[in-house]
Amino acid sequence: MLRYALKRLLSLILSLAVASVVIFTVIEVAPGDPASFMLGVNAQEDTLAALRAELGLDASKVQRYFNWVGGMLAGDFGTSYTYRTPVSQMIADRLWVSLPLALFALTLSTLIAFPAGIYAAARRGKPGDLTVMGATQLGIAVPNFWFAMMLVLIFAINLRWFNAGGFAGWDKGFWTGLHSLTLPAIALALPQAAILARVMRSSLLDILGEDFMRTARAKGLSRRQALWRHGVRNALIPVLTIIGLQFSFLLAGSIIIEQVFYLPGLGRLVFQAISARDLIVVESVVMLLVFAVITVNFLVDLAYAAVDPRLRSRT
Amino acid sequence: MSLLDIQTLSLAIHGTPILKQVSLAVAPGEIVAVTGESGSGKSMTALAIMQLLPTGAEAQGTIMLNGHNVLDHPEAEMCALRGAAIGMVFQEPMTALNPVRTIGDQVAETILIHKAMPSAQARERAQEVLIRVGLPPDRFPMSRYPHELSGGQRQRVVIAMAIALRPQLLIADEPTTALDVTTQAQILELLKGLVDEYGMGLLMITHDLAVVSEMADRIVVMRQGEVVETGPTAQLLRDMQHPYTRLLFEASGHQVILPGATSQRPLLEVTNVARDYRLPREGLFDALGHHRAVDGVSFTLNRGERLGLVGESGCGKSTLTRAILGLEEVQEGRILLDGQPVFSGRKPNPAARQKMQVVFQDPYGSFNPRHRVSRLITEPFHALDTPPRGTQRQDRIAEMLTAVGLHPNDAHKYIHEFSGGQRQRIAIARALITRPELILFDEAVSALDVSVRAQILDLLAELCAAYDLTYLFISHDLSVVRTITDRVMVMRSGRIVEQGETERVFTNPQHPYTQNLIAAAPRLPEFGKGAAQVNYPC
Repeated sequence: MLRYALKRLLSLILSLAVASVVIFTVIEVAPGDPASFMLGVNAQEDTLAALRAELGLDASKVQRYFNWVGGMLAGDFGTSYTYRTPVSQMIADRLWVSLPLALFALTLSTLIAFPAGIYAAARRGKPGDLTVMGATQLGIAVPNFWFAMMLVLIFAINLRWFNAGGFAGWDKGFWTGLHSLTLPAIALALPQAAILARVMRSSLLDILGEDFMRTARAKGLSRRQALWRHGVRNALIPVLTIIGLQFSFLLAGSIIIEQVFYLPGLGRLVFQAISARDLIVVESVVMLLVFAVITVNFLVDLAYAAVDPRLRSRT
Repeated sequence: MSLLDIQTLSLAIHGTPILKQVSLAVAPGEIVAVTGESGSGKSMTALAIMQLLPTGAEAQGTIMLNGHNVLDHPEAEMCALRGAAIGMVFQEPMTALNPVRTIGDQVAETILIHKAMPSAQARERAQEVLIRVGLPPDRFPMSRYPHELSGGQRQRVVIAMAIALRPQLLIADEPTTALDVTTQAQILELLKGLVDEYGMGLLMITHDLAVVSEMADRIVVMRQGEVVETGPTAQLLRDMQHPYTRLLFEASGHQVILPGATSQRPLLEVTNVARDYRLPREGLFDALGHHRAVDGVSFTLNRGERLGLVGESGCGKSTLTRAILGLEEVQEGRILLDGQPVFSGRKPNPAARQKMQVVFQDPYGSFNPRHRVSRLITEPFHALDTPPRGTQRQDRIAEMLTAVGLHPNDAHKYIHEFSGGQRQRIAIARALITRPELILFDEAVSALDVSVRAQILDLLAELCAAYDLTYLFISHDLSVVRTITDRVMVMRSGRIVEQGETERVFTNPQHPYTQNLIAAAPRLPEFGKGAAQVNYPC
C-alpha cells in the first residue's frame, strides 16, 4: 500500500512539473503585451521598457519560468499587473470562497446521489427506480443557473430564508459563512447529484449481476444484506472517478453560479484576469487549478486502493 | 426418509416452460448426480431448490426438504435455510467470491449471518473449516483476498463457505468444470470426503459423465427440462433404458477413425522457441522482470499429421499458439512453416500466414454478428494475393458449407440463426476455405455439448480424409486429444515434457507429470463401445 502511494505521489509531482511548463509556454505564446495593455496604446517606448523591467518581462523566457515556479514554491505568485497587489493574496481571498463552496456542493451531491442511486438499483424497473431516473434526467437537462434563479426566487425573495447573493465572509462565524453559500451549493450540487446517482445506479446494477452476489444469497443473506455488504463497496470504483472529476469542475467551473450569486470566487477572478490580460494572475490560477485537479486524482487513486485490494497488490 | 424429495416440479419463466414434472430424491450421505446437456434444466433445478430463481419464474409441484415444502416458505424463512440447511457451490470459482473482502471474512459471514455463534467463535470455526478444505493458515491466512488464490484454492473457499454450518444438503453446480484435471480430482476427493464425514446429501450437477460415473451413487439424466432416466449408478451404467442416456454416454466416449498420415515431409518446424513476457517493475529503479511462458520448445509437424498439445491452464499452450500464428515475436528460436519464418522483420510474415488458419473455442464470441455467413467464412481471403471472385467465390462458399454439413443457402443467414455446434462448423468452414496447409484448433470442441462434440469430431475425421488436413489440436481434454490426433505433446510450465505417438503416451506415459495427468482424468466406465478401446487403422 505504501509503495502504491509513493508511486502515485511521484506521478503527481511529475504531472505538476509537466503542467507548469505547458501552462507557461501556452501563456507566453498568447499574443498581447501586458505592459502596453496596462499603459494604453499611446504609451512612450521608454515608459513601456521601464514597466517591462519592473514586471520582470525583459528577462529570458527560461529565467522567467524559473522565477515563476520558484516564486510559487515559496508562496510568492508575483504581483498582479492590473491591481498591483500580490497574486497570492488575491487567490487566497477567492479560494476561501471557492474551495468551501466546492466541498459543500460535493458533499450535498454525494449525500443525495448515493441513497438515490442505491435505491434505484435495488428497485430496478419498479416505480421507485423510474421516479429516481426521471428526476435525474431532469437534473441533467436543466442548467444549474436556472436552478440557481429558482432557488433565489423561492428561498431568498419569497421565503426570505437566505440572502439573494453576496458572501458574508468567514470572519462573522462559520455558520454565517456556510449560510450564505447554501443556495449556490445546492444549485451546483443538483446537476452533479443527478449524474452521480445514475453512475451509482448503473455501477451497482452491474455488480448485482455478478456471481459473488449469487454466492452471498446462497449463504443466506437477504437481498438487502447482499446489496449493502457485497454490492455497494464494489460499485464504488466508477463512482469515485466521477466524484474526482466533479470536484475539479466545481472548483473552477462555477463561474456562472458565482455570477448569479455575486460570489467573489476563483471563476470570476480568472474571467476578470483574462479580460484584463493579467497574465500573471491567469498563470497562477490555472496552475493552482491544475494542482487541485492532480491532487484530487491522487486522492482518488488512494481511495481506489482503499476500496479494492487488487490495486494494492498489483503495484 | 429422503433428505430432499422433489415431486413433479414444473417451472416456467415468463410463461416459457423450463422444467416439466421433475422428480428426484437425495438421501443423507448420498451423492446424486444430475446430468444432461445445456438447456436440460439441471441448473434451474438447483436454483429452484435454493429458491434463487430469476424474476418471472413460477414453480409448481413440491420440493420437500426434511419434510417441509420449500416452495411454501416465505423469503425470510428461505434466507434462514440457505447456507444453514442447504449449502451451494457454483461453477465459476474465479468470480464466485467478493473481490474486496478477505476469505476469512467471507467464510465467517456464513456463520455470522445465521447468528450461529458469537463473532470470535465464528472466526475460529471459519479457520477450522478452511483447514478442513485444505487451506491451512500458515500458507493461506484468513487475511488473504480471493485474487491471491488460484482457481482451485478459490473453489475450496467457496466450499468452505457452503459447509461452514454443516448443512444437511450440499448442492454443487458444475463445481469442477472450470478447473484443470488434477485440481478437479482434488476437489472431487474433497467433496466425497465431506459427504462421508458429515453425512451430507450431495446433489451434484455436471455435464461430465466421467465425473458422474466416478462420483455418484445415483444418476439423474435430464433432457429439455425432463428427467428421462434415473437409477443407481452401477445399474444405470449396466443397463441404460432410455435411448438418450445411451446416446449421451456413447457421445462422451466417442471415438473417430482417422485416415493414415500420408508423408514424412515436415510442414511446421519449431526450434528452441522461447517467449518472454515483461512483468511490471517491482520498484521504480528495479530491472524489468520477465516471465518465460514458453521455454525451449522444439517439435516438427509433418504434412498430413494430426498433432495434439495438452496441458493445464497457464502451461503456455495459448502463448505457443499465438507464436505459431505469427501474432507475437518470440525471444529465442525460430518457427518455420513450409520453410518460411512465420515472423520476419518484427512483423508477421504474410507468406507464411496465408498458409494457416485457426479455429477458436468460443463459437459465440468468434464471429461478427453483423455479417452474413458468406462474408464471415470468406474473411481469410484477405490474406491471399489473388482471392477468388465472382462465381468461383460463390462455388467455394457452397463447397465449404456443404463440406462441413451445412446447406449452401446458409450463406445468406446471420450467425445468431445457428446453434453452437453449427457455429463451430462455420468456424471450420472459415478455416478451410483458403485450403490452408495447417489448421490450429485451439480448444475447438471444449465449449460444446457431448453429442455436438461427437458430431464435430466425426466431421474432422471426414475432412481429414477429404482434404488431407494437417493440424495442431490444442486441448485440455485428454479423451478428445486421444481420439483425434496421431501424435501428442504434453506441456508443463512452458516446456514440452513428453511427446510421442498418442496411443503410446496414453497407455505408457513416461514422464511423472503425464502419468499424474492421465491418472487424474476421470474415466468413463467401459460399456458397449468403451472409451478405453481405441481403434486406429495405423
